[in-house]
Amino acid sequence: MTAVTLIEAVTMALDHELARDDDVVVLGEDVGLNGGVFRATDQLQKKYGPDRVIDTPLAEAMIGGLSVGMAAQGMKPIAEIQFMGFVFPAFNQIATAVARMRNRTRGRITLPLVIRMPFGGGIHAPEHHSESTEALLAHVPGLRVVAASNPSRAYGLLLAAIREPDPVIFLEPKRVYRLIKHEVEDDGEAYPLDSAFVDREGEDVTLISWGAMMHETLQAAELLAEQSGISAEVIDLASISPIDTDTIIESVEKTGRCVIVQEAPRAGGIASEIAAELAENAMLSLVAPVGRVTGYDTVMPYAAMEKLYMPTPERIIAEVKRVMRYS
Amino acid sequence: MRHCASFEIEYFQFLDEKARAANDLPGFARSNDTLLDLYRSMSRVRALDARAIALQRTGKLGTYPSSLGQEAVGVGSGSCVADDDVLVPYYRSTGLMLERGIRPHEILLCWGGDERGNDFKDPRAAKDMPFAIPIASQTLHAAGVAAAFKFRGQDGRAVLTEIGEGGTSEGEFYEAINVAGAWNLPLVCIINNNKWAISVPSEIQTKAETFAQKGIAAGIECVQVDGNDVIAVKHAADEALKRARSGGGPTLVEAVTYRLGDHTTADDATRYNDPEVHQEAERKEPVARLAKYLTKRGAVKNGDLEAIHAETKAEIDEEVKIYLDIRENRPQPVSAMFDHLFENLPERVAAQRDEALAASVH
Repeated sequence: MTAVTLIEAVTMALDHELARDDDVVVLGEDVGLNGGVFRATDQLQKKYGPDRVIDTPLAEAMIGGLSVGMAAQGMKPIAEIQFMGFVFPAFNQIATAVARMRNRTRGRITLPLVIRMPFGGGIHAPEHHSESTEALLAHVPGLRVVAASNPSRAYGLLLAAIREPDPVIFLEPKRVYRLIKHEVEDDGEAYPLDSAFVDREGEDVTLISWGAMMHETLQAAELLAEQSGISAEVIDLASISPIDTDTIIESVEKTGRCVIVQEAPRAGGIASEIAAELAENAMLSLVAPVGRVTGYDTVMPYAAMEKLYMPTPERIIAEVKRVMRYS
Repeated sequence: MRHCASFEIEYFQFLDEKARAANDLPGFARSNDTLLDLYRSMSRVRALDARAIALQRTGKLGTYPSSLGQEAVGVGSGSCVADDDVLVPYYRSTGLMLERGIRPHEILLCWGGDERGNDFKDPRAAKDMPFAIPIASQTLHAAGVAAAFKFRGQDGRAVLTEIGEGGTSEGEFYEAINVAGAWNLPLVCIINNNKWAISVPSEIQTKAETFAQKGIAAGIECVQVDGNDVIAVKHAADEALKRARSGGGPTLVEAVTYRLGDHTTADDATRYNDPEVHQEAERKEPVARLAKYLTKRGAVKNGDLEAIHAETKAEIDEEVKIYLDIRENRPQPVSAMFDHLFENLPERVAAQRDEALAASVH
């Protein structure tokens, strides 16, 4: 057991799978000698060689398209998109090929690939380096979209994503890359995909979040308990697509209230989808309207103002107190 | 001032517009049987296109893109694909696909709105990609397949892909030939320069004198051929594939031809086509050209070519029967739209499958 950061947990999972399965290759910009701009692939090229840890030309659509061709021949490419804000050139490949190859060939060609990308703000990065556009990806049928929130989950979920016979978009909260450490054993144990995780049990309200916002949400839960005696259950959604509605509904049936926290803009977001599920399938368990604490429907501001955009524990607490007024 | 780089583009034509043969015919063109096979293949493509358009006009097929006038491009290059190679076609690759052994009824199924057409049954095509519709996206898949060969050390295998000349304006095309060059990938990309991207003439796509020279900036071999001369297309594709299989890297082959049909059955080329240019192009078309040459050469006697056309038409008729039988008697079950989405269908989507099944029972 070693205490590792989230980025180290990513490296550990990549290393584990590169060692275990010869079909696994890592590709992307700067993933080789440099070890990736965030060091996710640190030392891996040295260990596995340039044919397994592959520096590509600088072209995101190409990274997506190459991964399709390689996976179609039975390789298991793990592609890195340097920042989620730069996934758009690859979006054509993701939506028109990655997501639908198995379906359109009636299972003849499958694409066991992973596309990793750091997402979210809060690290004072330049424009386009702070977006959370997971809803765009989640709207494409045929993809799994997974978001890690902490080191152990990054390790376990990335292993699962790599072993999944179908494409997985793997989102890494860059603000958390070096924020905390977990004791993670490199035992090759994968977490289940398609599942949410209950990270804190509570009675009064269910808080749901994913990625970096899990930390604000857990903090808010802590403060609510300490300062107001409100007992919040906290769920790490983890699987953005498909959403684990069973776990969510089970929790809301217990608490009767739900607040969803997402860094992304509000309209058409994942929080909206969860709220709709609750309206359809848990209406009679709800004693209060479902609340959403989200980024605003505006362009992610440059770094100087990003903190004013992103949900804070204070905003989460205020929304919880609003829904607590209903009983 | 000094020049720091310069280039030339080779051009191949063995049968000219009047079906006169050059003195330096490639070796394979000495065989009457080979030429007759090519003729038969082009005839088969033409027969399929004719039936497909008729099916579309009578409501039995969806939108269909004919290859009329461009048969030599797909057939000439497709005839060079080895069993171990992989084919990455686009929507107008009918000739390539038929040469590969992909069945006409499979192609019809796709255009008839049935995904099962992409589940190619010929073992040679088991790892071939389904034809791509998003323009130029297939060139990156082809580079990816070639990269798989390279990184797995599978020497002796090559990838053949095809794109229209309009498609070469897409960024993904440039990205594909760029990485193919940078990694010396075993990739051959045929440009079907049929002069039209729906209604936009090729002059509007680029200022470059040739589409082939787009490969120069990628540092790869590039060549232009008369795309109505099946011997030239086959020669260039064969050389390129051999080079790719032996580690010599990628090649871009521009085949200059002319789209004698509409873009698809949803198009009406009379809105933008110049009838005189069209008539001029008809005089250069590949099937009549090879027929004339075979006749001049004494490779066929009276009635032989007509017999070939009758045979390919009969073959296509049989395939159309299979297609119509599947269409009318063996539709996909409602669940099929879910059954192939994932190996492990998420519960949430499985619930929607049940919803769709329930909604379909009326």
